[in-house]
Amino acid sequence: MSATDSGPLSSAARLSVRDLCCWRGERCLFEGLSFELQAGEIAQIRGQNGSGKTTLLRTLCGLTEAHSGSISWEGLSLESSAASYKRALSYVGHFDGIKLDLSVTENIDITRGYQLAPTDTPTDSILDRLGIREFEDAIVRTLSAGQRRRVALSRLLLSSASLWFLDEPFTALDQAGEGLISGLLTEHLQAGGVAVFSSHQISPSLERPVIDIELDP
Amino acid sequence: MNARTWTGFRTVLWRDLLLAFRQRSQLANPVLFFVVVTSLFPLAISPNADTLRLIAPGVIWVAALLATLLSLENLFRSDFDDGSLEQLLVSGQPLGLMVLAKVAAHWLTTAVPLIVCSPLLALMLHIPVEATPVLVMTLLLGTPVLSLVGAIGVGLTVGLRRGGALLSLLVLPLYIPVLIFGANAVDVASAGLDVTGQLYILGAMLALALTLAPLAAAACLRITVN
Repeated sequence: MSATDSGPLSSAARLSVRDLCCWRGERCLFEGLSFELQAGEIAQIRGQNGSGKTTLLRTLCGLTEAHSGSISWEGLSLESSAASYKRALSYVGHFDGIKLDLSVTENIDITRGYQLAPTDTPTDSILDRLGIREFEDAIVRTLSAGQRRRVALSRLLLSSASLWFLDEPFTALDQAGEGLISGLLTEHLQAGGVAVFSSHQISPSLERPVIDIELDP
Repeated sequence: MNARTWTGFRTVLWRDLLLAFRQRSQLANPVLFFVVVTSLFPLAISPNADTLRLIAPGVIWVAALLATLLSLENLFRSDFDDGSLEQLLVSGQPLGLMVLAKVAAHWLTTAVPLIVCSPLLALMLHIPVEATPVLVMTLLLGTPVLSLVGAIGVGLTVGLRRGGALLSLLVLPLYIPVLIFGANAVDVASAGLDVTGQLYILGAMLALALTLAPLAAAACLRITVN
């Protein structure tokens, strides 16, 4: 692992999206979408159900190909720097991406195992931070949806990614859980990270302004 | 291959093995199928030693092939459904290598138990003792090819609701060369002849599948997730 992997987040971290257009089947979800995020900035994608919030996040992650337009990170386009872009991003998607038949600790160890740029935060302090310490040996299948969501959020603490994409992160979480995400986001932004999240709920109370991205149905 | 990639490979392999042992019924299914199907032939055809010796290589190989085919769907299904596949794709790890780790876990949990049982079934079907090592050898060389080629088919069909029939149609024609050379080698060995040629061809197929199939399966998965 090179020094840049675990070093402080780059101050030049910057996401730039130009004229993005995405189609699903025969329907144009959005077109001409442009926005820029500087280090320490956060954007919220708003829109009704089916307006393309998840598609936009998946496109930003490189999972879905855009119909047209460009995405660049630190001045390099996604196509030309796919490897370093993926190393810099962390994605908490609509699905939790954790294994229901494994325990909480096993899931965390596995998620840590395939990160290209892992942090060395001990598992215990991650469990404490997420408030799931008492369930560390429980099989995830036996946990509630909110608790599973917290296990999925461990991904953010396990990688030193400076670019976070969160798809409806507040789903299934209680008030303490919402506070947890707000806390994680605030710390991430203070360290110079960039975040994009989607939510149709009221915005979380962050100490920073949230840039709005409105998607029309 | 750098250290993080190697850790990623080991993690995915370990995770899939752990999951297989947590779901023991899924682990037992292919080997039970293999043993039951093979045992039905003496009952249905004839317990006569000469008849059995004649059909045994084909029966064992067809049963191994179908047992693999039945378990293929599990290769990416749960990862696709629970979002683990997306996470693997955005992790930036070389996807071909991660696919190889998954296929290795699949082979270790489905094919290895079959190979372990095969000498016993060979004995039951009156395959000559001197041909039994050849049977084990062909299975050792052939079953990884089945898992690897199968991964391409599953990569293409995992996004479909009922991809099972399509998967068989896609994959079975590609399995036929392995079946022909595998069964033929055991047949020829039973007659006391040299089988080096057949084993070399199976080895060549394995080398080809090992180098190309993970990349092809990775490309299929990218398309499926997109």
